[in-house]
Amino acid sequence: MIDQQAQNKIKTEEYFINMGPQHPAAHGVLRLILTIDGEIIKNVEPDLGYIHRSIEKMCERDSYQQIVHLTDRMDYLSSHINNEAVCLTVEKGLEIEVSDRVKVIRTIIDELTRIASHCLWWGVMGMDLGALTTYFYAFRDREMINDIFEETCGARLTMNYNVPGGLMFDIHPNFVKRTKDFITHFKTKIPEYDRLLTGNVIFQKRTKGVGILTREDAISFGVSGPTARGSGFSSDVRKHHPYSAYDRVNFNEILFTEGDTFARYQVRMMELWESVSIIEQLIDNIPEGETKAATKAVIKLPKGEFYQRVETARGELGVYINSTGNKNPYRVKFRSPGFSNLSVLNHISKDVLIGDLVATMASFDFVIPDIDR
Amino acid sequence: MNFTQMIIPLNITKTISDWIYSIMPETAASYTIMVIIAVAYLALFAVAGLYLVLLERKVAAWFQLRIGPNRVGPWGLLQTMADALKLVSKELTSTIKIDKFLYNLAPYFVIVSALMAMAVFPFSEQFQAFDINIGVFFLIAISSIGVIGILLAGWSSNNKYALIGAMRSGLQTISYELSVGLSILTMVLLTGTLQLSEIIEAQRTGGWLILQGHVPSIIAFMIFMVAGTAETNRAPFDLVEAESELGAGFHTEYSGMKFAYFFLAEFINMFIISSIAVVLFFGGWLSPFGITENIAWFPQVFWFLIKVLGLIFLMMWFRWTFPRLRVDQLLTLEWKYLLPLNLMNIVLMAIVIWLNWTI
Repeated sequence: MIDQQAQNKIKTEEYFINMGPQHPAAHGVLRLILTIDGEIIKNVEPDLGYIHRSIEKMCERDSYQQIVHLTDRMDYLSSHINNEAVCLTVEKGLEIEVSDRVKVIRTIIDELTRIASHCLWWGVMGMDLGALTTYFYAFRDREMINDIFEETCGARLTMNYNVPGGLMFDIHPNFVKRTKDFITHFKTKIPEYDRLLTGNVIFQKRTKGVGILTREDAISFGVSGPTARGSGFSSDVRKHHPYSAYDRVNFNEILFTEGDTFARYQVRMMELWESVSIIEQLIDNIPEGETKAATKAVIKLPKGEFYQRVETARGELGVYINSTGNKNPYRVKFRSPGFSNLSVLNHISKDVLIGDLVATMASFDFVIPDIDR
Repeated sequence: MNFTQMIIPLNITKTISDWIYSIMPETAASYTIMVIIAVAYLALFAVAGLYLVLLERKVAAWFQLRIGPNRVGPWGLLQTMADALKLVSKELTSTIKIDKFLYNLAPYFVIVSALMAMAVFPFSEQFQAFDINIGVFFLIAISSIGVIGILLAGWSSNNKYALIGAMRSGLQTISYELSVGLSILTMVLLTGTLQLSEIIEAQRTGGWLILQGHVPSIIAFMIFMVAGTAETNRAPFDLVEAESELGAGFHTEYSGMKFAYFFLAEFINMFIISSIAVVLFFGGWLSPFGITENIAWFPQVFWFLIKVLGLIFLMMWFRWTFPRLRVDQLLTLEWKYLLPLNLMNIVLMAIVIWLNWTI
């Protein structure tokens, strides 16, 4: 009888499917090797190396000023924050104290970068879930930030505005006015984002209870940034290890305890408000002062190890420099947020549908060149 | 059987049909006229399909703070013509190890089933190629053939994404077919006929059916629009070609004109669903409140097209606003909510008719 049933049962078989390196949901050249049973995912194996440029090795060849420019190309959406991380590390090694003006300007641009990055994430999140209009709404506002950047430092995405010891040059005279205009404009647009996507029944059904990451898992996998804060893991470097001007502004660290895709979504949406509030606190009182501390033309860090961490739009970026006292570092290591966040994907994507994996990935906000340096 | 009754009895068509009957034996003339009508319809719907694509692109642009196509021709009017020309002239590529026969057959299945449904549409009182007494039944039957083409395309492409897309299409169409059928049945209960022209005639005196049957009618209309959107595989039910999950779904491996067939069929299907809704709920070619009923020269087809375009705009609005459902949520919506609601709605409608509560 049992044999008969076993024979009558239709034989099913798991199969492999490549999600990427060219796939609309991979946002770049991430390749996920999925093991699928029907539409249910059994295993997710990320395969990296499609955009590996050996930035860490190139850093060993270059001078400290040149390293800054390479970091733009890691997490290109937080390029200014990456630059700042290297500059802060070098400044730590040289024991330079940058002026207050530099600190405040760096913080304002950090937060503008974070808004721009979260805007892009919001647009793409909607697009991954099939709501194509979000992308254009988000880009309308992101474009204004890019214009501000372009006016101040000549570049829109890979900014290279930081140099060890300060800023490359002072802000444009229009910077303060345009930033204020943007903040006024953007405060009317965040509720519009919520009306279009957050409150949508289908969107909430797609994201609530999907891809649940517990606090314990978040800590043990080294997850950081909004992804970790969606699981209730307080990990904001700006709060716990303040750098630049973050110790003189009031802002909340957004924490949600649900750990699902919708919680991660809400963390980022609330962070938009926090970023706006940080900029508002700083924009009216940028102190006067030098924009660049005097450094030697050839920077030589003293012998030793230097580490600095910053909060990028995706999480904690750590820069480790091991110097032997030469004009080049002996070893540079970047602790990028994307790589650690990706490592947890397989753990939380077992036995879910393909659509859920796409939603989860969208809420992690991967930037592939950041994962694969 | 005299085929002249079936075509547009404007003077020019009358002249043509008289002339054809005068130069040919009667049987040959009938067949010639049938072919001419078919060709006319084909041309009409190639153009309709292309302009619906343009409309979609323009509507999408309005929703998305863009301008939309505006370079080819005034207001971009020739854009989709140029696209179609490009697609016709493109090489038809395919991968190895495909099932050649089924692979080539699939696009024709989809487009032919879409075009056949057009035959019974009452564009105006006289402009109807084929007024059969089971018109509604014919429409449901024909519109469910298209899914076979999609399944064939996914199966024969030798591509896992295409296969997943096709399987999703199968379960989606089979599920939502029920809701489409039952909501149409609710309205048929009210009219007591399956013939499209008679359904419209029933609305001449009593008002549009959506008002005649009040609550059950409105429920039926809402279910029909949801299920109809799912039938045409459009967002938020576009799981079949969910581009962020499956690349392009079932037509991943198709190129050139074969791809264009799938693409055009989607838009013609949208036209079909809207047309059925207009006939069943909004009085077909009847003017609202009979405002142009006494104007002899006023084309009734104008009202039909205006109503259809209104509903098409509604479907486009869905597409550019909503995120996509997940595959299990899609089935939950149908089997747990729409289907029981629909069955209750039929009973409700029967009670309404039995108690003579119709307006």
